[in-house]
Amino acid sequence: MQKSLHIDPAKCTGCLQCESACSLENEGIFNPSKSRIKVFNFHDEGRFVPYTCTQCDEAWCMQACPVDAIVINAETGSKDVLEDICVGCKVCTIACPFGTINYNTSSGKVVKCDLCGGDPACADACPTQAITYVDANATGLDKMRAWAAKTDNATS
Amino acid sequence: MSWTKKLLRVNLSSGTCTEEPLNMQWANDYLGQRGLATRYIVEETDPACDPLGPDNKLIMATGPLTGTMASTGGRYSVICKSPLTNAIACSNSGGFFGAELKFAGWDMVIFEGRAASPMYLSIENEKATLHAADDLWGKSVWEADGMLRTKHQDPQARIACVGRSAEQGCLYAAVVNDLHRAAGRSGVGTVMASKNLKAVVVRGTLGLGNIDNPEAFAATTKAGKAVLAENAVTGQGLPAYGTQVLMNVINEVGALPTRNMRETTFEGAANVSAEAMAEPRKSDGKPNLTTNGACYACTIACGRISTIDRTHFSVKDKPEYWINSGGLEYEAAWALGPDTGVDDIDALTYVNFLCNEDGMDPISLGSTIAAAMELFETGAITTAQTDGVELKFGSAEALCWAAEATAKGEGFGRDLGMGSKRLCEKYGHPEFSMTVKGQEFPAYDPRGIQGMGLAYSTSNRGACHLRGYTVASEVLGIPEKTDPLESDGKAGLVKAFQDATAAVDSAGLCVFTTFAWTMDDIAPQVDAACAGDWSTERMMEVGERIWNMEREYNAKAGLTGADDNLPARLLNEPANSGPATGRVSELAKMLPEYYEARGWTADGSVTAETHQRLGLPG
Repeated sequence: MQKSLHIDPAKCTGCLQCESACSLENEGIFNPSKSRIKVFNFHDEGRFVPYTCTQCDEAWCMQACPVDAIVINAETGSKDVLEDICVGCKVCTIACPFGTINYNTSSGKVVKCDLCGGDPACADACPTQAITYVDANATGLDKMRAWAAKTDNATS
Repeated sequence: MSWTKKLLRVNLSSGTCTEEPLNMQWANDYLGQRGLATRYIVEETDPACDPLGPDNKLIMATGPLTGTMASTGGRYSVICKSPLTNAIACSNSGGFFGAELKFAGWDMVIFEGRAASPMYLSIENEKATLHAADDLWGKSVWEADGMLRTKHQDPQARIACVGRSAEQGCLYAAVVNDLHRAAGRSGVGTVMASKNLKAVVVRGTLGLGNIDNPEAFAATTKAGKAVLAENAVTGQGLPAYGTQVLMNVINEVGALPTRNMRETTFEGAANVSAEAMAEPRKSDGKPNLTTNGACYACTIACGRISTIDRTHFSVKDKPEYWINSGGLEYEAAWALGPDTGVDDIDALTYVNFLCNEDGMDPISLGSTIAAAMELFETGAITTAQTDGVELKFGSAEALCWAAEATAKGEGFGRDLGMGSKRLCEKYGHPEFSMTVKGQEFPAYDPRGIQGMGLAYSTSNRGACHLRGYTVASEVLGIPEKTDPLESDGKAGLVKAFQDATAAVDSAGLCVFTTFAWTMDDIAPQVDAACAGDWSTERMMEVGERIWNMEREYNAKAGLTGADDNLPARLLNEPANSGPATGRVSELAKMLPEYYEARGWTADGSVTAETHQRLGLPG
């Protein structure tokens, strides 16, 4: 069963545990500036929104790459960057409509979320379940449950 | 390791920024943040110096766990000599600024001297630069924050800034970071402004990697987070209600200081409580509280994000305040509410916004306004001083006017900016000032919670709840319940809380974790992060060392055992309502016991033996 990262911004407190965990997993150090998941603080609105790659099926980044450095991970469904092949041309960063693939000046390659190979550190670190890793075929389950709860059984 | 082992020294007189290695011997003895920075202050400054002169130094310091994934590991402190108390000042703040400083590669920044004209410091990893800030001077924290973001074109920068109150010499001005987190107490913002330093902009992309034992650190921090999540206070109460969960609780135990501490219960408490913040209001159907927010790495998330009712008199013509921002925490809600007799939650939230916008300590502001209201009531202050405003207990309009005037340093606001002690002396009623060592009380009446009277009177930074929060034991039963009306045994309790808190602060963690964590939960996290063995016993010893070092600094600054006192009101006027009715603070009984527990002389001096046992400087 493939899984997806599922984000519920209403549960996010903006603590950045996800960014720390992501950088620790992928860079070996605590460094939110290198995190593949970012939490946006819309201060005036009082909202925190985590955002990362949705792993599009027809991924723009993958299609745009001139050297085929972005490939599908058959097991997890993630689109992974092959660092050995990536030439750092950044065309993928232009192609991605969501901004979730970015150039890393220290490596000279692009980086994006690879679901940590199937055990995403961000979801593990999130203290409020704002980020979960769930069945990719049922990411709407929580919303369905919420609406189902509003059903009035008496009228059926 | 977990320290970056580097500090940045900024000489504002000469305009130089230099890198220095961190003194690791001191880090072993004082851990970081509060303890380590105070060690530098002791080494490098004369405790008798003018706090607002160029000889005072101001340090922004992180702890070894700041910037890590340890829950609440995002704290930094601002340390200097206080202009409010003339004692050591150490004000702790959360938000994201401290962690960013660490990610830029710095354990601390020492500011010395005084710039000839307004400056701000930008730090981009190794690169630190002083810039002219003439355009920022005279602007609020919120305005300056926006201007700096526009100038640096970096939405991810973290900014700490002082507001107009600090520039105008308000003696309890705060350093505000991330718009609404503050190193709030003792006038550390006033000291920053006295150096002509308006702001610090930091961006760190180096990260923090040198954890001593990464595997043990991952395991201990994860275990620590589980303890916080499962605890009723840190897992449920604080995220849902914030520290405001205390408003009704403290009122019920008869320890909610009311109308300048004349009474110990407030009839309007429910109107300004956490429960009231969650209540939908009539005008737009929305509650005051929008959501809870966390500081860096915090898995508790007690922070309040609030709005003010747009139809409220304070903001109806001011759309700039129709935003979400930092809402009421308990101490602020108490000082601005029960202590002034005001039970209008929108007025309190508005004044809280002003405190963030212009960098004022809401505890000192509220308590000073409360003292001014008592002066007004007795006729020592009249409408001649207040531009015709009836400065009466319970008047939300008067509260808002007073806060606005203080934020800008205008008219009577300049008097209010002196703090309660100087204000009451100026108008001939020093007995109305509810202060210790010149600093205003927080939200627990020492007649109803006996341990807090001793904690206030002996706090090294003047009256303060965050130096020894015995409320945890006396009211909440953490780690074990003691009777709040009983003074027996409180000396040892206060000492234990004071020492533990000094160590928690110095690690870079938030003291709120100690609602759930004991030192046995904290020490393993420090031990995994830092080289060497960091046991519970060593952490407590470090805490005790820090406490005594602060005490010796204060002694050299001219403070004596006579300053370990409480206002006569709390010693002589019995509580007149609630469970504490008839009680006064039994400080005279507790203080000698405390001195003995500390290994101090009968007049409160650190003995040579204690000095030597703890390996104190000098």
